Amino acid sequence: MSEVLVEVKHLKQYFSVKTGLFRNTPLKAVDDVSFIINKGETLGLVGESGCGKTTVGRSMLNLYTPTGGEVFFKGEKVDSNSIKHLCREMQMVFQDPYSSLNPRMTVADIIGEPLDIHHMCATKDERKKRITEIMELVGLNSEHARRYAHEFSGGQRQRIGIARAIALNPSFIVCDESVSALDVSIQAQIINMFKDLQAKLGLSYLFIAHDIHVVNYMSNRVAVMYLGKIIEMGDTEDISDRPTHPYTISLLSAIPVADPKESKKRRRIVLEGDVPSPLKVPSGCSFRTRCQFATKKCAEELPLLENRGNNHFVACWNK
Amino acid sequence: MMDNNEKFPRKRPFSLQMDLSKFSPATDEEKEQIVQMRESTTFFKDGIKKLSKDPFAMISIAVLLFIVLTIFIAPIIVPYSYQEMISVDGVRDRTAMNLAPFTYSVNEQAAIKSGEKIFPHIFGTDQLSRDYFIRVIYGTRVSLTVGLFASIIVLIIGLIYGSISGYFGGKVDLVLMRIVDIIYALPDMLMIILLAVVLDATLSQALDGTILERVGTNMISIFIVFGLLYWVSMARLVRGQILSIKENEYILAAKALGAKPGRIIRKHILPNCISVIIISTALQIPAAIFTESFLSFVGLGVQAPMPSLGSLASAAREGLQSYPYKLLFPSLMICLIVLSFNLLGDGLRDAFDPKLRR
Amino acid sequence: MSEILLRVKDLKTSFFTNSGEVKAVNGVSFDLEKGKVLGIVGESGSGKSVTAYSIMRILTDPGKIVGGSVMFEGTELTSLSKKKMREVRGKKISIIFQDPMTSLNPVYTIGNQIEEAIKLHTERNKKEIKARAIEMLTLVGVNEPARRVKQYPYELSGGMRQRVMIAMALACEPDILIADEPTTALDVTIQAQILELMQELQKKMGMAIIMITHDLGVIADMCDEIIVMYGGRVCERGNAEDIFYDPRHEYTKGLLHSIPSAVKSKDRLLSIAGTPIDMLNLPTGCPFFSRCGKAMKICLNEPPEEIRVSETHLASCWVNIKDMIDAEKAEEVK
Repeated sequence: MSEVLVEVKHLKQYFSVKTGLFRNTPLKAVDDVSFIINKGETLGLVGESGCGKTTVGRSMLNLYTPTGGEVFFKGEKVDSNSIKHLCREMQMVFQDPYSSLNPRMTVADIIGEPLDIHHMCATKDERKKRITEIMELVGLNSEHARRYAHEFSGGQRQRIGIARAIALNPSFIVCDESVSALDVSIQAQIINMFKDLQAKLGLSYLFIAHDIHVVNYMSNRVAVMYLGKIIEMGDTEDISDRPTHPYTISLLSAIPVADPKESKKRRRIVLEGDVPSPLKVPSGCSFRTRCQFATKKCAEELPLLENRGNNHFVACWNK
Repeated sequence: MMDNNEKFPRKRPFSLQMDLSKFSPATDEEKEQIVQMRESTTFFKDGIKKLSKDPFAMISIAVLLFIVLTIFIAPIIVPYSYQEMISVDGVRDRTAMNLAPFTYSVNEQAAIKSGEKIFPHIFGTDQLSRDYFIRVIYGTRVSLTVGLFASIIVLIIGLIYGSISGYFGGKVDLVLMRIVDIIYALPDMLMIILLAVVLDATLSQALDGTILERVGTNMISIFIVFGLLYWVSMARLVRGQILSIKENEYILAAKALGAKPGRIIRKHILPNCISVIIISTALQIPAAIFTESFLSFVGLGVQAPMPSLGSLASAAREGLQSYPYKLLFPSLMICLIVLSFNLLGDGLRDAFDPKLRR
Repeated sequence: MSEILLRVKDLKTSFFTNSGEVKAVNGVSFDLEKGKVLGIVGESGSGKSVTAYSIMRILTDPGKIVGGSVMFEGTELTSLSKKKMREVRGKKISIIFQDPMTSLNPVYTIGNQIEEAIKLHTERNKKEIKARAIEMLTLVGVNEPARRVKQYPYELSGGMRQRVMIAMALACEPDILIADEPTTALDVTIQAQILELMQELQKKMGMAIIMITHDLGVIADMCDEIIVMYGGRVCERGNAEDIFYDPRHEYTKGLLHSIPSAVKSKDRLLSIAGTPIDMLNLPTGCPFFSRCGKAMKICLNEPPEEIRVSETHLASCWVNIKDMIDAEKAEEVK
């Protein structure tokens, strides 16, 4: 059942940044990224801050106009015209439960807005019914529909954001760090809900996060990003059991594990130095400045993603 | 096995010491009791509540309401008109000049003795035998009206200009804001004076016989200049607000849902600006009133005989030594109005400004 | 058992807001031994940061310490005069905060800021102070310290700034370092660097650390002793093995089960029901009552007594007492 739902081809997103009185430098937030998401699956996108993962999500929904490359939904190209009807199929859940909801709108207004914009409900009653239905799907008490967003806790606000995203019955949702701002105990609730909704509504996700354990839990496949490029991609088990790219390996080893005995056993690879600025991306492989295996070739040529077997792609000169 | 020697001696079993019924599972209702959502308040209601606790703001509101009430009721109660020169039995009463508050002229006293009822001169009279109280009342009317209308002009122009500049950003914003910078540099007083002179020469005849004649060309020039110059700070404020609101993710979310720019401005941006705009307007009114008073003081305000607080104060300068009260009353009124609006504006800001919320 | 540096007993701190009294810290006690790392785990609203600020007496209005004691080296900190407390802060007990971007003053060079810390508490001359600042920067692993000393915070990355904060905090060789979510705002790979640095420094300088965080992974990695807080109270305390392998409080159990890393398979995460506590509406009994799967009637009204599970492990949960009662009953039946 591998029907391709979303295809991203050589996506580039550059932002122009002022670096001098008359000089502008392109900030290569996303630099040639390609991947496929099949129907019903979750692709995880993981990386640290500044790697471009949030930008990928937003460019896919045409919230930024891509500088280069193309995005296809069920074969149809996504651009500023097609997004007008494609937005009913492709939606987003944002990171910050506080700034992603308009403080002057009630819950009913927030969830009802997409219904109003696309004229989905003919009568007021129908609208009310649909809003109640959606609220119950996300575990909110429909009696609270007349309340304002600021009266709810972070987890509940995130539920409201999710309700808003599913109101249009989309088939694809970008979850942009949707659980990162929540307390651990609430994270688990929301993660469970994402999974339930996926089963119930047949959704496909692009799950963006910086916590690789959460990403691995949610996703069928994972892509790891560094400075605007995907440096490793494959099935979740492959990535977590057989990480190949030096960055992925150090990322996995750097994350503290909630198990004291494991913690002491682990050999942690601590990377030297800081992430280079996206305005001055190193030549060749952008990771070479922090990589313990860097060679001359790494500085000269950019490694491309190669299939190392079983659809496990790695962009590295070292075998 | 747990070691509980520290807490309870082994000898006496737990079961005897504690009431076992307390250890039965809690019901869901008991748990719900604790989790009650707080009473629903909107941002607006919350702000009003805060405002009502601010004594200065509440006093200011009371004072302003009192003043507004007075200017509506007084002309009904007080039988004098602002331009009427006191006369007794149809003859102009020359002894009624510059009366002190609550005194009667010689002729009036004679009339009272013969049984006539004469309304007291609460603030006395001016040098042309006109009841001063009613003149102060009308002066207040003029000042408040000018303040209000000028502020509305500023609000409308500033709001539209600032919204466009803030929402569209980029080159549009750049150009519009440079225009604002230029306007800031223009000397407002000079322009009012020049415009007043020009309008007087050109328009005064056209206005004869219309309502505006009473107001005078000077007033019109004030309004025009307000419309041309004073909206800039409001525009900057609105633009700044919009720029910071645009950063919020709910704007992006609205775009992702397919909302058009018009809807986004109407439903998402403007409602979140309102509190700041109200505060700014509340603080703009006293500034406008003060400007009008100042202009009237220097003779560029409302056409005589229509009084304005400023022109009354100006006229009072002459007889200052002998009749100090003539300066006192209009000045006091200006102070009261300006102070009240300022305190109210401050109170509004403390109550409604999202940045100051704890 | 080494010397006890800090003894906190029944500390109570409340915030007197317009909407009522928020009992942010409601009876917290713990001991900190010399050279050990104590972890305070809790989510937002648990009172962990407020506890630290209460110890340092840097609470902002409307917060006030309303009860309990904080004994440091024989002195009662809660009743110390402001002047004497200033001598303690920075010299004997230091603190580093979560957000390195806002914790450093943007208009002073980092050299200035470290020097300030040294100047306040030592009697050295200018040259010595400057030298010491550079020494501290080297100690925390900032490269090219002589050049960096003249730089401003905005010129440094997040990780560097946090190192500078650590340098400032350790410049006077305090006995205790309090770290309030020091790595939460940093990327994972940088977090690893900072945690490693802290462990190194701790071995070198021998200070005790109080590590405050919500990240159980960091706790497992760094801490010898752990206290778990919820709703202003301590739920459970013990060493790392006690807490992670034998949790006795329902909240601790819930936390451990809700982390994806603990669940290697794709089974459903066991989440803790309900929403985080509303600090204005604290129940008289156990704060975790409304979210607890095993809540009993007694939990609503009476705050749980602390039960000793082992020499190192204590838990404040009525379920433990219930289990004891059940066990006794089972024995009687036999």
